[in-house]
Amino acid sequence: MALIEYRDALNQAFDEELARDENVVLMGEEVAQYDGAYKVTKGLWKKWGDKRVMDTPISEAAFIGMGIGASMLGIRPVMELMFWSFATVAWDQIINNAAQVRYMSGGLINCPIVIRGPANGGTNVGATHSHTHENFLANVPGLKVVCPATAYDAKGLMKTAIRDNDPVMFMENTLLYGEKWEVPEEEYLIPLGKADVKREGTDITLIAHGRAALTALRAAEILAAEHNISAEVIDLRSIRPLDEEAILASVRKTHRAVLIEENKPFCGVGAQISSILMEKCFDDLDAPVLRISSIDAPAIYSPELERKQLPRPLDIVAKVLSIC
Amino acid sequence: MATSAKSTDISKTDFGKSPINARLSAEQKLKLLTDMVRIRCFENESVRQYSAGKMGGFLHVYNGQEAIATGCASLMGDDDHMITAYRNHGHALGVGMNMNECMAELFGKATGCSKGKGGSMHFFAPDKNYWGGHGIVGGQTPLGLGLAYALKYKGVKGAAMCFMGDGAVNQGCLYESLNMASLFNLPVIYIIENNGYSMGTSLERSSAFKSCLAERAAGFNMEWAQCAGTDIYEVRASVQVAMERAHNESRPTMLEIDTYRYYGHSTADAKHNVVGGYREREEIDFYKKNHDPINVFKAKLIAEGVLTEEQFDTLEEGIKAEAAQSAVFADESPYPEVSSITEDVYYEVDRQTEAGRTGKHFFND
Ligand SMILES: Cc1ncc(C[n+]2csc(CCOP(=O)(O)OP(=O)(O)O)c2C)c(N)n1
Ligand SMILES: [Mg+2]
Repeated sequence: MALIEYRDALNQAFDEELARDENVVLMGEEVAQYDGAYKVTKGLWKKWGDKRVMDTPISEAAFIGMGIGASMLGIRPVMELMFWSFATVAWDQIINNAAQVRYMSGGLINCPIVIRGPANGGTNVGATHSHTHENFLANVPGLKVVCPATAYDAKGLMKTAIRDNDPVMFMENTLLYGEKWEVPEEEYLIPLGKADVKREGTDITLIAHGRAALTALRAAEILAAEHNISAEVIDLRSIRPLDEEAILASVRKTHRAVLIEENKPFCGVGAQISSILMEKCFDDLDAPVLRISSIDAPAIYSPELERKQLPRPLDIVAKVLSIC
Repeated sequence: MATSAKSTDISKTDFGKSPINARLSAEQKLKLLTDMVRIRCFENESVRQYSAGKMGGFLHVYNGQEAIATGCASLMGDDDHMITAYRNHGHALGVGMNMNECMAELFGKATGCSKGKGGSMHFFAPDKNYWGGHGIVGGQTPLGLGLAYALKYKGVKGAAMCFMGDGAVNQGCLYESLNMASLFNLPVIYIIENNGYSMGTSLERSSAFKSCLAERAAGFNMEWAQCAGTDIYEVRASVQVAMERAHNESRPTMLEIDTYRYYGHSTADAKHNVVGGYREREEIDFYKKNHDPINVFKAKLIAEGVLTEEQFDTLEEGIKAEAAQSAVFADESPYPEVSSITEDVYYEVDRQTEAGRTGKHFFND
């Protein structure tokens, strides 16, 4: 298997889906001639031309809305937000149009669109560029939300997202774009709604998504090496639909859980999961479910501090030790 | 008289002679009149039923504006599409939705066009190239752009008509859309139904402009025009120009059509016709007397020898009965099942595809 960057795995997914379905188009600011602000769409405009890979003006509301309108007529747009943070100016289109049109039409219209881009903190670009909207968006019935942590997951989930007939909000991470993972040559798909057990363990379950899943893996290594604690790491991969079965199965085995995300704590993804665990695993639990999020304040610029605002492996280790 | 009263004289031009109208058969002309009367009667019935407590929420009726939706719908070919805002019953009936499904939707019944899930502001009929029915002011303007984009992408010769009110023109996404429409040569026709008011705010109090609102499109190097919405012949002739531009040149147009609404903004608007309200009763009467699209067209057809007064009365009686019947239909229809609340949220779940069966999509239990 080839070791490839997260961004190239996405690039392969686009290339393959552009070849498979003539209704797939890539759109966004700088995605075509400039090869993408983060080079995720590199070379695709050259290969596929203006019709399939298209630059848009800096008009998130209108180009996201245009993609939604086009998807109602059967086009399958894959829309790049240079940063997911900029979705706030297209919020109305996403929340009121993409998410509601199927429902309000009694199922007559559907909206097979993918909206994608990086959604992460940790790059010292300040609060306006560091939002993680997965909890907001997963709060909206009608939307699907995906947050891959590795190149392998990014490619397999992207191909599935493009083929899905509902609007999929696909959240990448600029800190991961240049990281490499093994990705098979042959085609594969990863279903939405399937978590991945990234490390098996018996003493505690660490549940995370996106880059936090990688942080959890490092914490699990430390726990094993230094504390003789066997932690299982569940990477949710998709937030909505959510793999509840995988969560419950693991916690019923380990009887303890720590939930980690780079999102803010209030009504974060972990809040939903802890509610599920409370309702369905109460008798299985040997300790309270604990959560770790980014420190509850706007994303700070200061490089030294922003590292500390996001969950770090030792933060997770400390939480685990408090209940193990 | 409110300062906002528009004094559009009934046009001196005989738009009946423009080619798109001259070729109409007597039957087609009667259909235009019938369609306008159907909208009027449907709306009157819906106001009656609203007052009787049969519906929830808002009801924004189209009385006074009928020539626009009817005229535009009458120009639609197989690849022409329509999308509008929440004052959408006229457009829905115009494209051929039936009164029963529309009235039942207002009543929140399972037999409604959206199974009771959309309500008054959200009617849809994609099989009739009708894409709603949108409640957020201006929110439909990028969607209309997307319809036009899809038509061009697929290589079909069609146009997307995207309607909005005079209040909606002050939403930012419209200008982003105008820029992209012109930049990308998209066959979209933005139609401003300028009825002089956005809720209780007159045009003069909401918009800065030179000669008219549509002129704003000039800044985007886009063709624009303004016409009156009283005479359906004029509406058709004006929209046809934009249609041909969309079909033949794949270029957008912004068209402003002056019109007037007789009722308040919605049924909740008590200030539209009272002393101290935002407009004078005389103004409403002026429009009803001089600019009523149905009366004007009826008079034209009588003058053309296509219609008699008696025939009109019979026609109207029949339509009133149809509207009344739709209320009976709606009343007798069942409400949707509680279990339907979580249907029509996700395509994949509704179809129980593998994707729809994977993972938890709803968090009710
Ligand atoms: C974004 C948004 N802001 C405000 C409203 C409330 N609202 C509904 S209709 C309306 C007035 C719009 O007037 P206009 O565009 O002229 O359309 P008309 O009612 O005359 O058809 C307002 C303020 C809304 N629905 N959406
Ligand atoms: Mg208005």
